[in-house]
Amino acid sequence: MLSIDRSIVDAIVAHARRDHPDEACGVVAGPVGSDAPTRHIPMENAARSMTFYEFDSMEQLRVWREMEDRDEEPVVIYHSHTATEAYPSRTDVSFAGEPGAHYLLVSTREPDTEEIRSFRIVDGVVTEEPVRILDAGVDPHAVQSYMFGQSPATVDYECSGR
Amino acid sequence: MAIEVRIPTILRSYTGGAKVVEGGGDTLDDLLTDLDSRHAGLRGRLVTEAGALHRFVNVYVNDEDVRFLGALDAKLSDGDSVTILPAVAGGAFGFAAAAAIAQHSAAAAAIAQHSAAAAIAQHAAPAGRRAPVAAS
Repeated sequence: MLSIDRSIVDAIVAHARRDHPDEACGVVAGPVGSDAPTRHIPMENAARSMTFYEFDSMEQLRVWREMEDRDEEPVVIYHSHTATEAYPSRTDVSFAGEPGAHYLLVSTREPDTEEIRSFRIVDGVVTEEPVRILDAGVDPHAVQSYMFGQSPATVDYECSGR
Repeated sequence: MAIEVRIPTILRSYTGGAKVVEGGGDTLDDLLTDLDSRHAGLRGRLVTEAGALHRFVNVYVNDEDVRFLGALDAKLSDGDSVTILPAVAGGAFGFAAAAAIAQHSAAAAAIAQHSAAAAIAQHAAPAGRRAPVAAS
């Protein structure tokens, strides 16, 4: 389960819309061990592509060092798919190198609505998880739960033939 | 001689959980071989079977990406700090296509770099033996 403030989700969606039709990407950092995404860091897509994203290696070094100095870790790593569903591609799975992170995907293929889904990707196995959006500004006890999408909870790429 | 190496979470299973290990070597290649003697398997996660640096990782010497320092041939000195991070990349495109683009970019860069030499070589070579030139 990913629990994330609505204000951060809104900022991620705004970033994805701003960069559309190119893919947008970034990180939400949080205190080590907290599993709480608190600091949104939009990153450059060095690939500037509609179908591929890649952190700039020097920007990544700077951001990863800053997180270390602040006792943070990448709690969420997000990117957008701009013409396809919010589901990890084979490329996404090949590159997923942060087993502790929530991989958040936003699809901006529809002009009016966004599809937002979150996944764990560990050793090549994709597991979808629910996203709980926290409305801190309204009422700390009022939370809404969503399970976006209809895919099976666990997909093993080796067996699925995708 | 000691070079400090920072290990990302995903590779700490090779270092007994250690975030920082020490090693030695005159080049990155030597250093990774040295590390592998104590942390068996680590090198294989960083270097492909063809002997190139894996594209799923970024390796930095001090503040520089080693891809700009000669990759595995990057020179090291005592007191250098090496940082390994997982490259963060992906996207909707299939992996094969993405890899093809990466190769295409590398080929295009090589062609651009050696355009003068290539032009002379092509001029001199019989038509049937011309090097393939990537369309762009």
